Amino acid sequence: MPLVMTMDVRNVNIAVVDLDHSTTSNRIISHIEASEYLSLVGTTEQYIVAMDALENGTVDIIVQIPNNFERDMIVSTPEKINITANAVNATKGSLGSQYLVQTIARALQELKNEKSPTQLSELVTVQNRFNPTLNYRHYMIPALMIILFILICGFLPALSIVGEKESGTIEQINVTPVSRMTFILSKLIPYWLIGLFVLTIAMIVARVVYGLYPVGSIGLIYFGAACFILTISGFSLTIANFSETMQQTMFVMFFFVMIFMLMSGLLTPIDSMPNWAQKFTGILPPRYFVEILRSVYLKGSTFMDLWHNYLALGIFATIFNILAALTYKKQA
Amino acid sequence: MSDIVISVHNLTKRFGNFTAVDHITFDVQRGEIFGFLGANGAGKTSAMRMLCGLSYPTSGSGNVAGFDIMHEGEQIKRHIGYMSQRFSLYNELTVSENINLFAGIYGLSKKETTKRATQLLERLNLHSERNTLVKSLPLGWKQKLSFSIATIHNPEVVFLDEPTGGVDPVTRRQFWEMIYETANNGTTIFVTTHYMDEAEYCSRVSIMVDGEIRALDTPTNLKQKFNAMTMDDVFRTLARGAKRGE
Repeated sequence: MPLVMTMDVRNVNIAVVDLDHSTTSNRIISHIEASEYLSLVGTTEQYIVAMDALENGTVDIIVQIPNNFERDMIVSTPEKINITANAVNATKGSLGSQYLVQTIARALQELKNEKSPTQLSELVTVQNRFNPTLNYRHYMIPALMIILFILICGFLPALSIVGEKESGTIEQINVTPVSRMTFILSKLIPYWLIGLFVLTIAMIVARVVYGLYPVGSIGLIYFGAACFILTISGFSLTIANFSETMQQTMFVMFFFVMIFMLMSGLLTPIDSMPNWAQKFTGILPPRYFVEILRSVYLKGSTFMDLWHNYLALGIFATIFNILAALTYKKQA
Repeated sequence: MSDIVISVHNLTKRFGNFTAVDHITFDVQRGEIFGFLGANGAGKTSAMRMLCGLSYPTSGSGNVAGFDIMHEGEQIKRHIGYMSQRFSLYNELTVSENINLFAGIYGLSKKETTKRATQLLERLNLHSERNTLVKSLPLGWKQKLSFSIATIHNPEVVFLDEPTGGVDPVTRRQFWEMIYETANNGTTIFVTTHYMDEAEYCSRVSIMVDGEIRALDTPTNLKQKFNAMTMDDVFRTLARGAKRGE
């Protein structure tokens, strides 16, 4: 877990908009390439191209080296190097741009024999996109909403079924002609409604207390939540079908919930995890909802940006609920 | 009154090496009160669960209300009522909510439900308690309510698993009056009990020992056969040989 739960920022994807094409700009690019923390995705001459990449997530930070930077640096005060960071994840945005500034500084230091007359700090400006003040709260509030869902819609349906097993009422139901799907739906729908109600409350609190409101569409958030609750509740019902007592259910659920909380990018960025762990997160349903909620809340992403996340949640919801209906045995 | 509602042939249930029910064979006629006796652990509940479609037999065959217990468990469930050893109505719901829930599950119409609910509450004298949570009712009332709900859809057979355990003698008496009334309306009663005085009320009685049926006849015939004064003596004679304890 320490490998996965890292606050370190690694693999920060950089795009360079090189308008200068000089020794200096080449030096800067090669330093970025050599850095342990930064990885160069590509260079381009158009800021728009880089910005598109930033928006769809393939690039975290853009460095723009202005035209005639090298020449102006010698002659007079050059136009500043512009750093644009995606700060949806505040930690990554700020640490990433700091690493970058240091890297550029080192590159420029090496070129010191060319005697730059201007102070280094005046050569670079940093701009954090989507979360301009690097407010950690804005990063955490969507995560807290998801934790709430996992706790309410993940634990309660399981406890409700196991509670019936313990009190014996499930046997009375098993001896009636109620179909398995009906029974599972009767356990699912109440928690689904409760979950959507909780979401509404959470969004109001985020708005009133923290002043955070979604940049994107509220409908997209509800749609995502609807899919996610079905997924996590279906999962929880499946666990309940395999358990006989409350303790058993709680322990098994805790095991999975720990993994969900620590590895779904709720608290620490998935991009900073080792490669194998990043691949592993693909099978964790919360990961997709984390991405939906953060992107819609902070970046204002649209359905077209996020459709694959919805698709993944839809598939998970279907699988888990079918599994829940199949593993619920009326007759042993 | 001579058609067969439950017919079982060589029914067996094994859990690993343990044979809970060992090749039992019997028939139950329509409208009978069939007493299913046996010591604790003799296999009564296991046998009953197979008949209700709650568990699959390991081998053997059986028919309940005209349906095969191996393959038609879900159809059987439409035609039977079941009252388990444990009280199993929803404690968190009121009396009428429980009635409505089970009436709904058995697909009774709104009109029929209201009619039956009124009848039921009147018969049980529970009208004033209809909005009380079931968990706050005394045990005897709970058991009578359970029985009434188990028969709310006029099933062909109703299975009662130790329905009067822990119930006082007066209420037990009333309970058996309800059983008689239900049987007179043509419902077959399949009942397990540990009270031998109750065994005397049954039309026929089977006694299970170690997973096998050791005796099956009317209480009068059984007493004659074992040369005993009461069913209690018959039971003791048979159960003495039991290898399984509690």
